[in-house]
Amino acid sequence: MNPLTQIRFLLRITHTHSLVRRYFVVNGFDGALTMLGLIMGFLISEPADLSVIISACLGAAIALGVSGVSSAYVSELAERRRALRKLEDAMVADLQQGAHGEAARWIPMLVALVNGSAPLIICLIIIIPLWLAEAGMVLFIAPLYVSIITAFILIFLLGVFLGRISEISWLRGGLQTLLVALLTILLIFLFAGD
Amino acid sequence: MVLVKRLVLDILKPHQPNSLEFTRTLAEVGNDYHVTLTVIEIDEDTESVEVEIQARNIDFEAVQSAITDMSGSLHSIDVVEIYSEPAKE
Repeated sequence: MNPLTQIRFLLRITHTHSLVRRYFVVNGFDGALTMLGLIMGFLISEPADLSVIISACLGAAIALGVSGVSSAYVSELAERRRALRKLEDAMVADLQQGAHGEAARWIPMLVALVNGSAPLIICLIIIIPLWLAEAGMVLFIAPLYVSIITAFILIFLLGVFLGRISEISWLRGGLQTLLVALLTILLIFLFAGD
Repeated sequence: MVLVKRLVLDILKPHQPNSLEFTRTLAEVGNDYHVTLTVIEIDEDTESVEVEIQARNIDFEAVQSAITDMSGSLHSIDVVEIYSEPAKE
């Protein structure tokens, strides 16, 4: 069995397909909104050096990634071990060598990887315009605005993905998450604005 | 040469992998395996199944290993059918 087929098999027998998908969307959304909040904060504050903004965003991205990996691994490992023990009791057998034992070892790692990489990757995509500007590339509008537009696009796409899962219109799904992003901006203006 | 033609096994397995996947994996042990699975009893976490395997020559060790890999537990071998074939010269 090739690794991809094996991962699919382990996800199927543990019913963790939807869990991984949920973690991806929830934490990806977390990452995008955090970046949006940070960049909006810089936008309404005294002008800061681009390198300072990049460092702050990168710091938040790494923290979200590490938090995602560690929290998901610890909780999922406990869940999988508990499920394996329950099944071993029912089977009156040691299942460490079987598929369920393998799932108890690998699924927490996979879930942790998805949970940590989703916000990290989304944050890094949002930071790209800032990096490009710092590297000397001339952007058609200010880099902070390009990052905000990128965040909006990613948030919309996450909504589209959610829409497809829940079998509602992709446009409706996208607009729903976009509305949350707009609400976030409004709250930032209300509480952090001058 | 002794050929194991047919086996009927009593197996306790978790609900996942499901019966279709379980049977398919057992059939993939050999290239001419004919496998029939009958669910005997379903509990909260497990199910007892009767698996009948027919082939030209069943590799029992490989079948047992496939069952263990899928977290199944072989309880008993209920039927065995063996043919004796004269050795080829």
